[in-house]
Amino acid sequence: MNSLIIKHGRVIDPANRVDEIRDVFIAAGKITGTPSGHTEVIDATGKIVTPGLIDIHVHLREPGRSDKESIETGTRCAARGGFTSIVAMPNTTPAADNTGTIAFIKQRAAEVACVNVFPAGAITKELKGEELAPIGSLKRAGVVAITDDGRCVQNNELMRRAVEYAKMFDLPVMDHCQDYNIAADGVMHEGYWSAVLGLRGWPSVAEEIIVARNILMAEVTDWHIHCQHLSSARSVGLVREAKKRGVKISAEACPHHFTLSDERLKDYDTNFKMNPPLRTEADRQALLAGLADGTIDIIASDHAPHCTYEKQVEFDVAPFGIIGLETELALSLALVQQKVLSLSQLIEKLTTNPAKLLRLPKGTLSAGADADVTVIDPTAEWTYDVEQSASKSNNSPFHGCHLNGRAVTTIVGGKIAWQLE
Amino acid sequence: MKRWQRKDLLGIQELSAAEINFLLTSAQAFKQVGKRSVKKVPSLRGKTVVNLFIEPSTRTRTSFELAATRLSADVINITANASSLVKGETLKDTALNLQALHADVIIIRHSAAGAPHFLGRLLKASVINAGDGAHEHPTQALLDAFTILEKKGRIAGLNVTILGDILFSRVARSNIWLLTKLGANVTLAGPSTLVPRVFEQLGCRVTHNIDDALRDADVVNLLRIQHERQRQTLFPSIGEYTTMFGLNKERFARLKPDAMIMHPGPVNRGVEIDSEVADCDRSVILEQVTNGLAVRMAVLFLCCGGQVVES
Repeated sequence: MNSLIIKHGRVIDPANRVDEIRDVFIAAGKITGTPSGHTEVIDATGKIVTPGLIDIHVHLREPGRSDKESIETGTRCAARGGFTSIVAMPNTTPAADNTGTIAFIKQRAAEVACVNVFPAGAITKELKGEELAPIGSLKRAGVVAITDDGRCVQNNELMRRAVEYAKMFDLPVMDHCQDYNIAADGVMHEGYWSAVLGLRGWPSVAEEIIVARNILMAEVTDWHIHCQHLSSARSVGLVREAKKRGVKISAEACPHHFTLSDERLKDYDTNFKMNPPLRTEADRQALLAGLADGTIDIIASDHAPHCTYEKQVEFDVAPFGIIGLETELALSLALVQQKVLSLSQLIEKLTTNPAKLLRLPKGTLSAGADADVTVIDPTAEWTYDVEQSASKSNNSPFHGCHLNGRAVTTIVGGKIAWQLE
Repeated sequence: MKRWQRKDLLGIQELSAAEINFLLTSAQAFKQVGKRSVKKVPSLRGKTVVNLFIEPSTRTRTSFELAATRLSADVINITANASSLVKGETLKDTALNLQALHADVIIIRHSAAGAPHFLGRLLKASVINAGDGAHEHPTQALLDAFTILEKKGRIAGLNVTILGDILFSRVARSNIWLLTKLGANVTLAGPSTLVPRVFEQLGCRVTHNIDDALRDADVVNLLRIQHERQRQTLFPSIGEYTTMFGLNKERFARLKPDAMIMHPGPVNRGVEIDSEVADCDRSVILEQVTNGLAVRMAVLFLCCGGQVVES
């Protein structure tokens, strides 16, 4: 049986409180405590060895829009980025609001995916926010969470029932926080730059009011709500305060939100258009503070591929979203360089924290665990080139950026899914 | 400044005071042309100018068309609405088609902010912004400045009040950049929902008190309340707007005696301005239209590489 030794790396395994130079042994797709028989060796001297990274916010676009991305190409992006497990958002066509679509995604993933794909199901039918999706059946079909991501349930009564109902199945509820009346047809953060550029504002309060709603709902139902891609300072403050009270609330941040601010829209480049929008430098600093003090538990990409022709249009009509799986790790490692997080804290937000939230049997290098491992070269200097991307799309604002640190080997179930040449 | 260096005129924000003054000086020469019995000059003979208007407009389109015609250019008018463009051919493809037909200048009016900038990056042809969403309308600001200079002899130190829907106004933004660059004191006024405080960061005074806004004004520039750009939540009714912020006879009487009234048009008589005030001798609304022609001739001429010989 194929076996592997990863030698001399700095092993960071937050689940086991490990941070030391040691070897990692893999046999028969599992982590083992000791070497066994004939082995292939990966020399990880000077490298960091972590549990396989997890991204709980990915749009694979299949079924329905495999011109933008497919399960095959999206998972190849993940592997290149160091991610061994990803959670697929349900806003496909048809939406993942039925067991047939979940079965299709799992089947396709089994055939073509090079990393683990965990589907998320819809909260409501067709993500319309009107009627509950068959949440229990979706759970049986294998979803790890429910969310209407890309959309937000506006009806508070429906949201309350969805959370109560999902609790019965031990399913966390994830929410894209956006009040439609307030955000209206906004295309960027409402503030100085929207005033200058004459673009319609999507104000922070449209996110914050739903974050506050979710905190109240989590409290009322005593069940877990996860706020996706926080972008504003007050959202961070609301979650921080709620966590102190013991509310079952968690939050994620995306690399683009903690790296960039709304000033970058000044040339109307649609690769800086995403939902929620880039906000101010003060918001960015608040996200960093939230990451540092643990208010923000998880880092996720919101990998959202769109075709070039769809993005090369007037700013108002371009779709929201950017690809992010391949740049996520480097942009996150910058947080360590900036002393926002320790390396171990960062790895928690990319492994144990997402695994714990969604009850994934992942995110650890314990003996017996699935052999999902990421080997990271923290000093690698490289330039991101979308032309070289594994994605079918190239809508990244980080094209041409010089980055530090990257995954060099991604191992999924004991097999090398990707290796830097 | 001796020569105009830009291929495009996309906005006022990126222009220096020297560039603005150069444009205004050039426009003076073209204003003289309009007073002759033969109003046509051969400056752009053989050039192709496309009026690409993807948002309804008569005044600005006509002004640009006439300006190009008086410079002897060949002019093509294309009108479309943005929604049909979104459903069918993209703006990029439309523009590349025009370039394939060897258009020299594309004048674009579009409901989406930034559309001219997108074309400017894409095309070898000159792109002139004739109004992009709520962003900029540079030739309007230039003709406003030209008119102020003609009447007042200066811009620096003047108190200019812009009254109305600032939030959704490209005229306001272009005027703010131009007037502040040339040293005027700009006051913005109107309902708090349409004149947010954030505009103070653009170098203006913001007030929601109409009397305060008008007291020391040398120039009052009224903006139309634009129903089509607004959500219903921004103010209660046109009637209430007129009561609170309309330039009626009483408010007009309290202005400084030499205060001048401007309006980019189209005027909603009885809404933002009293009908008699619009027609009074201190109103320069029609002179703005005349000056618009001279300014647009200058812009077309300079963006096509022409140079005005200073006398």
